[in-house]
Amino acid sequence: MKENERASQSRVTAQAPGGLFPRKYRWAVPVFLGMGVLIAMLASLCIGAYPMSFAQGARILMHLACPFFTPVNPPWNLKELTVVTIVRIPRVLLATLSGMGLGMAGTALQGLFRNPLVGPDIIGVSSGAAFGGVVGLVLGCPPVGILFFAFCGGLLAMACTMVLARLANGGNNSMILILAGVFIGAFFVALLGLLEFLAPESNIFAIVAWLLGSFVGADWNKVLISAIPTLGVGAVLMTLRWRLNLLSLGDLDAKSLGINVGVLRWIIIGMASLVVAAQVAVSGLVGWVGLVVPHCARMLVGPDHRRLLPTAALLGALFILGLDDLTRSIVRAEIPVGALTSLLGTPLVCFLLWKTQGKGWRRE
Amino acid sequence: MNNIALQISNLGHAYKSDRWLFRDYNTQVKRGEVFALLGPNGCGKTTLLKILLGALKPAAGTVAIDGRMAFVPQLFQVTFDYSVMDMVLMGRARQVGLFSQPSAEDEEAAMAALERFGIAHFAGHPFHELSGGERQLVIFARALVSEADILILDEPTSALDLKNQIVVLDWITRLSHQDGLTVLFTTHHPHHALAVADDALLMLGGTKYAAGAASEVLSEDNLHALYGVDIKLLSFEHSGHSHETLVPVLPYASRARNGSTARESR
Repeated sequence: MKENERASQSRVTAQAPGGLFPRKYRWAVPVFLGMGVLIAMLASLCIGAYPMSFAQGARILMHLACPFFTPVNPPWNLKELTVVTIVRIPRVLLATLSGMGLGMAGTALQGLFRNPLVGPDIIGVSSGAAFGGVVGLVLGCPPVGILFFAFCGGLLAMACTMVLARLANGGNNSMILILAGVFIGAFFVALLGLLEFLAPESNIFAIVAWLLGSFVGADWNKVLISAIPTLGVGAVLMTLRWRLNLLSLGDLDAKSLGINVGVLRWIIIGMASLVVAAQVAVSGLVGWVGLVVPHCARMLVGPDHRRLLPTAALLGALFILGLDDLTRSIVRAEIPVGALTSLLGTPLVCFLLWKTQGKGWRRE
Repeated sequence: MNNIALQISNLGHAYKSDRWLFRDYNTQVKRGEVFALLGPNGCGKTTLLKILLGALKPAAGTVAIDGRMAFVPQLFQVTFDYSVMDMVLMGRARQVGLFSQPSAEDEEAAMAALERFGIAHFAGHPFHELSGGERQLVIFARALVSEADILILDEPTSALDLKNQIVVLDWITRLSHQDGLTVLFTTHHPHHALAVADDALLMLGGTKYAAGAASEVLSEDNLHALYGVDIKLLSFEHSGHSHETLVPVLPYASRARNGSTARESR
């Protein structure tokens, strides 16, 4: 009897599920990550082919934020001001928004599909957007046209996935939805390959560079295209984040708790698709982020989506900002960020799979 | 609210046309009672539960439900490692607005429900690491905190050891008697139904069924028709109370025990 009591006591004092941090301190993780993102954004303004000191970057940023307080003889030159204003700020904002969007989309989809191996790519949106963008490139569209085609391609793929899932079983089975996404994604990849084969030789380099994913050539138009869906969707997903806990229980259970599973599921899929399509449209394919980041966030704060979703958004931003800084600092020529995310993402997922099985998430 | 929590009228379902799992079922579940649903594997118990929960549209007939329902699935598994508190808090889904998060009051209600079941000390503990019986109590606490009127349980005692079976059955009775909840549960154990249910429905297949007071419906003849095996009703006294239970007769084992079979040598 005493042994039973001792065993029970030891279980009671066991650490709360998931998360490296004790439950009562987990609220602090997104706060520290938010501060980290701000510091990383500032640091990213100073890294690149034209380096400058952290203090100089901060001074220029202060000047841009409050132009009335600019000193008579500013300690920066016009070139530094131009680099920060025209090149670096749009790029840093674009990387931050892309990371946030992919982190949120991945977390929402993993919770929704009750499957930690699901990523935004799985619903076919990335492949559709990539195909659309390449169509724009082949047709010789200006950058805004390419963005438009990529965005339409992503949404078309999402619509195809939804229609296929609905035709298969009424769209009420998560596994059917994942399968439909895989099939539609594969179909768009096949179309992409065909288009690459048929495209004029002069377009091949541009297509390959775009498909590898990069924030080179970021401008304020792209920032706007990325910001509107990412911030809009982010705001809605943040308010629905506790509902993701309920959806992750399974359809029947969530329904019995009073959740309108069908409507909520399509809202979340639509939102995630919108964010991913916008990201692919502005920066090409940046894979693995939506898969890896939710795992890392779950390790930090546990599976409760109330803390997980903001943590994943901030961690995604930090991840992409860090990798983008690496792409423009490790070698003279810039490495495509999409290649780096895949290169790092694969071993990271393998490591997490080995390390977190039975801790961060579990599938009995 | 009227006295009938759940009314089934001419209910039937077929996954393929002309292959009815059940048809023309009529019964009612009274408010605050414990109702047992029995039938062999594949007779359509889970299908009937899905229809009651609104997850499946019946091929024929109607279901009228007066009150809010909470569901306890057969094998409760969650993909993500939520804490016990997180699990119970999910019961507040109807009280928390669509774009809102649970408040401190919701957390207090969840903690009170855990205390009611004597498992408040598990609040911060991983749900996955609890035993089957403890998990079942957590899901009961979730149902209680949801302020549901009707509790639907799919084989609540399956995969539980004997002690936990008794704990769960005892709580089913308490939730009905003390909290006024209507409890409907499916089971493969007729003696569980006889011990705690007020009324019962036996799904005999097709248009055949038996519904009514558990003590009358759970007769030896009906159970023989339901499972195709002999089941005996036994009465006994314990602590000054009379009890009844149902015991299956194992055809070969009982003959072997009485020495009327010869053990085969290899």
